Amino acid sequence: MSNRRDFIKKSSLATISSILGVDIVFAKNLPKDVLPLLLQEEGFYTKFNKHKDMVILNDRPWNAEAQAHILDDEITPSSKMFVRNNGLIPENIDVDNWNLTIDGESVNTPKSYTISELKKFPKHTYRLTLECGGNGRSEFNPPAKGNQWSIGAVSCAEWTGVRLRDILEDVGINQDAVYIGYYGADTHLSGNPEKNPISRGMPISKALMDETIIAYAMNGENIPLAHGFPLRLVAGGWPASVSGKWINKLVVRNKIHDGAKMGGQSYRVPCTAVAPGSKVSDDQMCIIESMPVKSLITYPKSGAVISENRTLNVRGHAWAGELKVNKMEYSIDFGSTWHRCELKAPHNRLAWQRWSANINFPKKGYYEVWARATDTNGTMQPMVLPGWNPKGYLNNACHRIAIKVN
Amino acid sequence: MSDEKILSIVKKIYRFTLSVFIIIFTLFLSTIYYYNDPTLSLLIPKEEKNITSSKSVQQKNAGIIQDGIHLETGLIEGEGLMLVVQNCTSCHSAKMITQNRANKEGWRSMIKWMQQTQNLWDLGENEEKIIDYLSTNYPPQKKGRRATLTNIEWYNLD
Repeated sequence: MSNRRDFIKKSSLATISSILGVDIVFAKNLPKDVLPLLLQEEGFYTKFNKHKDMVILNDRPWNAEAQAHILDDEITPSSKMFVRNNGLIPENIDVDNWNLTIDGESVNTPKSYTISELKKFPKHTYRLTLECGGNGRSEFNPPAKGNQWSIGAVSCAEWTGVRLRDILEDVGINQDAVYIGYYGADTHLSGNPEKNPISRGMPISKALMDETIIAYAMNGENIPLAHGFPLRLVAGGWPASVSGKWINKLVVRNKIHDGAKMGGQSYRVPCTAVAPGSKVSDDQMCIIESMPVKSLITYPKSGAVISENRTLNVRGHAWAGELKVNKMEYSIDFGSTWHRCELKAPHNRLAWQRWSANINFPKKGYYEVWARATDTNGTMQPMVLPGWNPKGYLNNACHRIAIKVN
Repeated sequence: MSDEKILSIVKKIYRFTLSVFIIIFTLFLSTIYYYNDPTLSLLIPKEEKNITSSKSVQQKNAGIIQDGIHLETGLIEGEGLMLVVQNCTSCHSAKMITQNRANKEGWRSMIKWMQQTQNLWDLGENEEKIIDYLSTNYPPQKKGRRATLTNIEWYNLD
């Protein structure tokens, strides 16, 4: 805690704005006395046990992202995992009396399970990539509303729980089931108990996959409160909003689930591509399913100064939603030439893949290392921003870091 | 008993009663203080207190504008500021405003969305004033298809 305090005290405004990932508009107008306001956010780091380099985007509700250089771990620890909330985090959770109810039109007899009853089903552990649908939103032009995520709303933790499929088989679902919806214990910002902050879901085909689980543990421990304690639905490779937190009810629907943030423009992109800045009516917006191919450079941190004739090891992760990453490349000349990186297979399906490369720079100067992943369909990350969409989702443009060779 | 002796006994009783009274009164005052401030924060050096208790900073900053910034929220000073503070920041963080950029139409559509889905009340005649404030102080910036890397913190890796 004191580290962060010292860190903020010592930081210049330029540093703070680089941490925020955006320019502080009118930074020169910002008086010194405003800095203590940033200190108020210290509570976030201690309460949720978060790394000091996590960047807070919003404090009501809490939303915070990692920076690329703290995402270097193969398995993302809770301290470096992005926090995305639509409502207020529930308090005073009574684990012993927690119930998960399975209900909905396509269920004959609704059934409830306590956590100890759930734990009697076969246990499965998977590393699953969860990326916020709006990760990268801050780059879109014209700007899209919402939390201005830069690159750090992604994680790959190890989730343990029971297969949703096993539970649904135990309950018994009808042939007409097409969609699953979740409900959680978080509360709406307006304080209205009748409103759900978020209630999304997935088609039955995704719900029945091996890796779609109701998790009760993350990285071998109870799920941290900010990440869904005591139960979280986890569906890797899809927008992380599909992976409902604090879940106490699942509904098996005979139509596409119509909970909060399923309809309108939420987590949807235009069904057909539109020009930047276009208005798109709700009926022309389609639900995002698998996330696109993407990668991050997690080492070194951008801004490294190295000496000439030194080989630089660069590494990171790559992922591709439902697919796998087939090829990983880097460029040090703004895309004029590309070079292959070493790419490992995923630990399991839907886990991100480690990549690395050793780079020799031809002479002194300023360089940018750009990384580009290609998925099993041959689709690669664009160097410029992908297709504009009204809510700023699915920015999978290449990540890059700055390097200076002296 | 001489008058002198009686006087001296009366004085002794008076002193004793006074001391007992003072002790009880002091205990009473301490109890009241402790009840209101169990952490005894007034006894802790002031500088440390300012850092640990952020709420007091916030309360102190309420309504204060310095160098064009409203200290409590970080919003830019301008016509309509207090309307925005009152109508917007009671439900969500001011960061939701300061991290976003839009023109009049964009801010209007965000307000409409909040009214349709997030229980935002009818803003009446204040709506235009709020939209004017937002579009004037938080207008869109031209970013192109990919921005230059900025704010690079250089460090020695060797």
